[in-house]
Amino acid sequence: MHDVLDERSGLSDSLALISAVITGAIGLVFAVAGEEGILRLQGLLVLAASVAAGLYIATHPTDFRQEKRSGYFDGPIRVATIACVFWGVVGFLVGDILAWQLSFPALNFDLPWTNFGRLRPVHTSAVIFAFGGNALIATSLYVVQRTSQARLPGKWAPWFVVWGYQLFIVIAASGYLMGVTQSKEYAEPEWYADIWLTVVWVTYLLVFLGTLKGRQEPHIYVANWFFLGFIATVAMLHLVNNLALPVSFLGTQSYPLFPGVQGAMTQWWYGHNAVGFFLTAGFLGIMYYFIPKRAERPVYSYRLSIVHFWSLIFLYIWAGPHHLHYTALPEWTQTLGMTFSIMLWMPSWGGMINGLMTLSGAWDKLRTDPVIRLLVVSVAFYGMSTFEGPLMSIKEVNSLSHYTDWTIGHVHSGALGWVGMISFGAVYCLVPWLWKRQGLYSIKLVEWHFWLAMIGIVLYISSMWVAGITQGLMWRAYDRLGFLKYSFIETVEALHWPYVIRATGGVLFLLGGLIMAYNVWRTIRGDQLVDVRDQPPVAAAPELRPGVVAVPAE
Amino acid sequence: MNHAIFERNSIILLIGALIVVSIGGIVEIAPLFYVQSTIEKVQGMRPYSPLELAGRDIYVREGCYNCHSQMIRSLRDEIERYGHYSLAAESMYDYPFQWGSKRTGPDLARVGGKYSDAWHVEHLRDPRSVVPASIMPGYPFLDKTLLDYSNISQRMKTLKELGVPYTDEMIASADEDVVAQISPDSKEAKALLARYPKAQVRKFDGQAGENIPPTELDAVIAYLQMLGTLVDFTKFDASGPNLR
Repeated sequence: MHDVLDERSGLSDSLALISAVITGAIGLVFAVAGEEGILRLQGLLVLAASVAAGLYIATHPTDFRQEKRSGYFDGPIRVATIACVFWGVVGFLVGDILAWQLSFPALNFDLPWTNFGRLRPVHTSAVIFAFGGNALIATSLYVVQRTSQARLPGKWAPWFVVWGYQLFIVIAASGYLMGVTQSKEYAEPEWYADIWLTVVWVTYLLVFLGTLKGRQEPHIYVANWFFLGFIATVAMLHLVNNLALPVSFLGTQSYPLFPGVQGAMTQWWYGHNAVGFFLTAGFLGIMYYFIPKRAERPVYSYRLSIVHFWSLIFLYIWAGPHHLHYTALPEWTQTLGMTFSIMLWMPSWGGMINGLMTLSGAWDKLRTDPVIRLLVVSVAFYGMSTFEGPLMSIKEVNSLSHYTDWTIGHVHSGALGWVGMISFGAVYCLVPWLWKRQGLYSIKLVEWHFWLAMIGIVLYISSMWVAGITQGLMWRAYDRLGFLKYSFIETVEALHWPYVIRATGGVLFLLGGLIMAYNVWRTIRGDQLVDVRDQPPVAAAPELRPGVVAVPAE
Repeated sequence: MNHAIFERNSIILLIGALIVVSIGGIVEIAPLFYVQSTIEKVQGMRPYSPLELAGRDIYVREGCYNCHSQMIRSLRDEIERYGHYSLAAESMYDYPFQWGSKRTGPDLARVGGKYSDAWHVEHLRDPRSVVPASIMPGYPFLDKTLLDYSNISQRMKTLKELGVPYTDEMIASADEDVVAQISPDSKEAKALLARYPKAQVRKFDGQAGENIPPTELDAVIAYLQMLGTLVDFTKFDASGPNLR
């Protein structure tokens, strides 16, 4: 690895300081001149964050004589890993509160900021962008360094990516509670938060590309294709779907560029590819590194990886219209969306096979290592929800499933089963590796986490299948005289018990998350590991593995 | 082709991926802006009146779209339950669209006129007082909050820049029009109706008395009561001239 210390480091100090001053000045303007209370508060928050960052940068200048920048740059990754666990618990908690609200509406408390309508984007953003996003930032920056044998470029840029991203999350979520929203699902943050995220995201892309540029390996490893595809495509989706004109540059509100049918198509082009690229391509990057690493087996098929990558990213982008079947979207677009959604089944399962078969010759580890089990079960859930998805995209099936809880169940088999489980697996791998521990504080607690999450998911998705299909059938049921059989409210009443069961499943999933937080905290604190002998050698940080001579990453 | 080109050059890999992911979106989205039949030619569509627009912004603020769709699909049961299937033309002034994705509650695309104002007042304050099994949150704060319409003309100007046919006259009289829509039988209300045909004029939240300022509840109910009422379906022919 190159030693990148030179005069440019001094320049990066000044650039970072200037950036902090500019950001702080923008925060100050909002804090003083913002037209709404929430914007003034958020301005104050940005100002405070910029002052803190500026002070830290000013008091930590690059010392050319003493500092030697070598080895991997893991500080920001540690922060993102902790943030992932923290936001995960927050997101699961808010999700479960919503589930109980649907079971017992008194829990809305009839206050503006506790109502379902404002809390729901807090949940979706917390789990997708805060929990999932931090998992992706942590793993991608970890993986790209290890597989490139190169350090993240810059001194402050990686820190900016991680802390700038947390600031985005806080701005977005505090806005939702105060009713600041674009009302585009999974793209609710308003224009100023979107601009901030764009700055953070472009920095993320540059840091990632910069690491690839400095790589010592001639080939870019497959996991990095997926990470790069995810980062670049999410940038494109975010930019196009959030094109908007603010009502005032000192106010929160904006109106989007595209109305009605064009707006709907753009939104679901974005929305479905938030799934396709954020929650799939990115997490496939995790799969392609952590499963081979943890199982100590090579990826099953190199050729399949290539086919998987290109066909997945090509086909996914077309699938959006299946969210708009039988609507005012032109039929040709709907049919096109359905066709590509069905084709998408093939690359999805190709990827699943590539992940699962990587365990060839190591299947016994499923029994002995719950971390492997989390990773592998996540791929099984990936296979299940990527079969269910194409099924639901067929217009006739969609006519029943759309607008019902079947969709919610489908999303959660992907979100809890695939995204959740693979993130848990990655976190359990990363924590001992990043904090140089012999293993996790307790592998037994991972077992508990696995089973609680597993039972929680089963309760969740089975109750939502029942709820969704029940409601869909009741909506279209006719009596003998040819009248609609049920009023709408009767179909709501029918869902009470499925909703209670779903919320109970959510409690179990949340409990699992809390156990993970506890386990991670004890591991990071450096407590005596309780069952290190039950953990595989690969659980330990690379430097600490028996029989491995520590090789500095120079 | 040798895949090593992509594996050895991060920039080529990036560009290759960007090209591959651009195609689908371009093919599916771009034609919607120029294919004539995408949005039907219909009679009756007009921009939202200032009070309706303010109500719509509150609808967005409270996240109503999380549980209510505004998109009746062209399926028999939906047409019988909710009315004529939704036309693209009906949301052509919707920035952003409110089609929704989930019906925890019923579709609202044609809720206008289905219930009385008094029902909406009660229902929004305490949904279970009129629908015992409802799981909707209550919004008792709406009728306690005066409507902030200080920037309503600015909002309309922004929408005009985006393509909504608000006239300069509409924008200039926006503030008066908000009050006019809750002041029946006034001369201002008459002027409002000339600008916004089919607009409904009354004190929606039921508060009696002279010169009571508009509440957020007024705005929300004004919006709900006009949903789906604009297009004249007696003049609509799905197979005929409306699609040209």
